[in-house]
Amino acid sequence: MSKLDKYLRLDQFPHFACSGCGHGIALASMVRAIDKLGLNQNTTVMVCAIGCAGRLPICLNFPSIRTPHGRALTVATGIKLANPKLKVIVFMGDGDAAAIGGNHLIHAARRNIDLTAIIAINEIYGMTGGQYAPTTKPGHFASTAPFGMIEPQMDACKLVEAAGATFVARGGIYHVVELDKLIIKAISHKGFSVVEVLTNCPTQFGRRNKNSKPSEMIKNIKEMTITKEQAEKLPKEELEHKLLRGILVEKERPEYIEEYDRITNFKEEVSLK
Amino acid sequence: MSKKVLMQGNQAVAEAALVAGVKVVAGYPITPSTEVIELLSRKLPAHGGRFIQMEDEIASIGTIIGASAAGKKAMTATSGPGFSLMQELLGYAAMVEIPIVIYNAQRVGPSTGGATKPQQGDIMQTKWGSHGESPRIALCPSSVEEAYNLTITAFNLSEKYMVPVVILADELLAHIRESITIPESDSFEIVNRRTDAPPQEEYLPYKVDDTGIPVLPPLGGGYRYNISGMIHGDNGIPNLTPAIIDKCIRRINSKLDKYYDDIVMVEKMEEEGSKITVLAYGSTARPAKGAVKMAIENGIKVDFIRPITIWPFPEREVREIARRADKILVLEMNFEGQVAGLVRQTIEGEAEVVQLNKISGLPFYIEEIYNQIIKIDRGEK
Repeated sequence: MSKLDKYLRLDQFPHFACSGCGHGIALASMVRAIDKLGLNQNTTVMVCAIGCAGRLPICLNFPSIRTPHGRALTVATGIKLANPKLKVIVFMGDGDAAAIGGNHLIHAARRNIDLTAIIAINEIYGMTGGQYAPTTKPGHFASTAPFGMIEPQMDACKLVEAAGATFVARGGIYHVVELDKLIIKAISHKGFSVVEVLTNCPTQFGRRNKNSKPSEMIKNIKEMTITKEQAEKLPKEELEHKLLRGILVEKERPEYIEEYDRITNFKEEVSLK
Repeated sequence: MSKKVLMQGNQAVAEAALVAGVKVVAGYPITPSTEVIELLSRKLPAHGGRFIQMEDEIASIGTIIGASAAGKKAMTATSGPGFSLMQELLGYAAMVEIPIVIYNAQRVGPSTGGATKPQQGDIMQTKWGSHGESPRIALCPSSVEEAYNLTITAFNLSEKYMVPVVILADELLAHIRESITIPESDSFEIVNRRTDAPPQEEYLPYKVDDTGIPVLPPLGGGYRYNISGMIHGDNGIPNLTPAIIDKCIRRINSKLDKYYDDIVMVEKMEEEGSKITVLAYGSTARPAKGAVKMAIENGIKVDFIRPITIWPFPEREVREIARRADKILVLEMNFEGQVAGLVRQTIEGEAEVVQLNKISGLPFYIEEIYNQIIKIDRGEK
């Protein structure tokens, strides 16, 4: 028995993800981060929604709530408003975070409400059978982009940075040690924190894009990313198709509920008399 | 001591929500309901509650579901277009059995319709607007004082039966100002959801006892369990085996049945020997009552019935009037006659249903209802 077993609903294993799927690596990284931080398992609430990334957190042994597609952040906001002492972690995929729930992502970031959003990006809608996502790169194929993707790729990190998130990081499942650290930092951060995790989908993305070998796909994550520090040393042309990895934003700004409680002189449980 | 105050309908809902113990309110501005969130945004912090204006109505209902899952009483206020946006999560709340209260001040629809005009067009949407089948309670106040009292009832029923409750008012009631009598706040019975869950080792969130109502302790309050809108077994974990699907849908949709007497409220006035019944609800019931009174004064015997609870539909009471009456006049501020249809379905031809529908955005007037009663009495229809 691993020391991390206590964080798992062991009766939910083997889980439903396809072989070669990278989501489990992202999820495991989150579990290690929680363990490292010594978070209370009863007061750390998992919120997720729909899709492969949306269903996986059910395998974890925390208080958990799975919402309709895209609405995880809204439900998380309510949990936090009801009980700000809770640690609330939201695990989402491309669709939940960047498409159907995109508006909620923008506004959660703008409010700087103390939630941690972990966004597993595999550039495809896996659960529904391989349709394109806002994060699919132009030219790639999907079941709904049989002629190739023509829309530009959404950069969720830039989006939340512009919206006002106070902690933004990008990691990938190739760089697991780094990813653990990024998630630890994100969860420890006061305010809205986002970690985009680049992951792979061999079954739905790989097969359609002539690269379904999981090891190759994971290596590809290494190829397409570069740390901020490495990037500073390279000329602009060489960075064109690279995504930055590491902590992209880390700053302080009043957290929403703290600020609310301060300006409203909020007092818990006051009698009506 | 009770007090007499002048109050607007929306204000009554907001004030009563505080008495009921609302602690989280999330909303998005929309006429004619906005005063509710304006007032609560001002008053909640001093009552130990938090308000948030969300980016849309979907986010608003999502937020109150989250807050309620974490153990706090939560509500939102909206109108037509916003209520439409909330439908998916309304079904979700019913499915996962998280209590919430939604105030819907109905306005003229469809679409943007008319923000400042009343309608009673959301009766069917309230019950059937979300995909699949799931339970709701909906209450239709017809006066400001009743809006106050029913708001407290809405929270109580929601907590007791772990079900979303919709307060279905309309623009007229939302904005009318009346003098109302408010009892001492501690004279109201305030119900809080059950917390007597068995110890974690034995606990299964959706395994119900004889009450048929699950005990769901606050998320993050010590119990580790899963809440999921997907078909789930007793343990709350998604499960699509046929027996589980059957059990899950059957249970949530029949859990209110045995509490009919506690949930279904109607107001009735009966005249000995009457063969005509007037049925009206919400603010339409006010002129309807006036017309019934006028008819009785002029020697026409008329019964009156007002469903206060519209979902579950008061089938027993409506069947009972059908046994007495030859004709039932149903008054509604909508085109199709949404409640008239329910009445027909309920009474299965035992009486004739006559509709009077007004969709001009104006309220009914006593005279037009009275004239219709005369026509029915003379057999002119």
